[in-house]
Amino acid sequence: MHLSPDEVVLWSSGPLTLNLTIVLTWAVMLVLVLSALLITRRLSHGTSRSRWQCLLEIIVIAIEQQIAGVGLPAARTYLSFLATLFLFLAMSNLCTIIPGYEPPTASLSTTVALALCVFVSVPLFGIRDQGLRGYLRSYIEPTVLMLPFTIISELSRTLALAIRLFGNMMSGAMIIAILLTITPFIFPIVMTLLGLLTGMVQAYIFSILAAVYIAAALRSRPSTQSAPAV
Amino acid sequence: MLIDWFTVCAQALNFLILVWLLTKFLYRPILAAIDARERRIAADLADAAARKAEAVSERDDFARRSAELAGSRTALLDQARTEADALRRQLSDEARSAAEVQDAQRRQALLNDGARLRETITGRTGQEVIAIVRRTLGDLASSTLEERLVEVLLVRLRALDGPARQDLVHALGSSGKLLVRSAFALTPAQQAALRQALADILSAPVETAFETRAELICGIELIAGGRKVSWSVADHLASMEQMVAGLVEARADAGQQSQAHPSQSAVH
Repeated sequence: MHLSPDEVVLWSSGPLTLNLTIVLTWAVMLVLVLSALLITRRLSHGTSRSRWQCLLEIIVIAIEQQIAGVGLPAARTYLSFLATLFLFLAMSNLCTIIPGYEPPTASLSTTVALALCVFVSVPLFGIRDQGLRGYLRSYIEPTVLMLPFTIISELSRTLALAIRLFGNMMSGAMIIAILLTITPFIFPIVMTLLGLLTGMVQAYIFSILAAVYIAAALRSRPSTQSAPAV
Repeated sequence: MLIDWFTVCAQALNFLILVWLLTKFLYRPILAAIDARERRIAADLADAAARKAEAVSERDDFARRSAELAGSRTALLDQARTEADALRRQLSDEARSAAEVQDAQRRQALLNDGARLRETITGRTGQEVIAIVRRTLGDLASSTLEERLVEVLLVRLRALDGPARQDLVHALGSSGKLLVRSAFALTPAQQAALRQALADILSAPVETAFETRAELICGIELIAGGRKVSWSVADHLASMEQMVAGLVEARADAGQQSQAHPSQSAVH
């Protein structure tokens, strides 16, 4: 038993290591891109459209509405980043129903990578919206004394983002693995269903938190404003 | 160590690539399709709104035209009614005039018929009366009708009173002769008797001439100067003719009145 799919190394050459996490990530990416290509191959711009196109439109519009609901006015600006985050996490977690599959999100490397992407994107979107000076000024408001606390907050929430997702997914995979050894019938199925629900919830939480962080970066922060604790 | 930093970098790169791929193959086409559909729906809604506004405008225009048509219809009906009244009056006048012309023609025809009838009756009556009188006198007496006429003339001459007789003598004295006209030729005996009677009445022989005139119709007259003593069926026939003419005119008037009333009711 291994805690992370990173431990399953398929190929290695010096510092380059091809482990199971990367391979499964490529598989999820391939599924997502191929699905998008197949569905958007014959897109209808008229009133009648296929069921798959309807599903995709529903998903995209729902994500757009969620982003707007968080407080980002120009939702389409952040749609690519946030929607890709949600779709990748959701697809990675949904595939746990496939026997032998280990979600890439059960790897702390993956969750850290995603958290770092969010960590980098937040100041990028903030600078893009307010300019470098305006964004940096938000770190010393209402007083310069808040600067270290703000930096610690940025780092800690990024770390929390990564650890939360990793912990949930890894624990789910671990529980299923343990239950398979103890009670190979019934319980693993129930726990798989629970893992599906947990995975979807975690994908949603990760994406929403990223949106909230970006939205918080776009505004001059009140001293009392902080990210919602989940 | 749970964190493999090479994997972290690779996963971050994978994620960025996935963002780019999904943006290119998923979000952009889907959002373009959604935007195109929304634009089309918006255009359809705008077109529907424009058509609705146009329909409302056309409905208002139709209502206005209907109102105008109703107004003009009333005016046209009034004009048609006025023209029909004028035409009716014109036709009535023409019919009345034609009826009056026909009535005048009919009345003239009646008068002509009456005149012809009068002439016919006069002629026929005279002939019939003469024939009847002649036959009656012939049947009732031994003398002829001419003899009786001569006797009647003589009786009238003898019955002349003083002034009338003086006028006759005075007229005889101015002309110098007598003229006796009869519808038939007097026999010599009758002429002699007549001369004798005249001589007795006038107390002197008189030159007497005899003349035959068929228009006297069984009559005889004696003319001296401007005086005349006569008896003739023509006189009776003249009075009868006047009576017959009176009857014909009365019938003509009655016929005109009886036809004038229906024609007037037909005109109105």
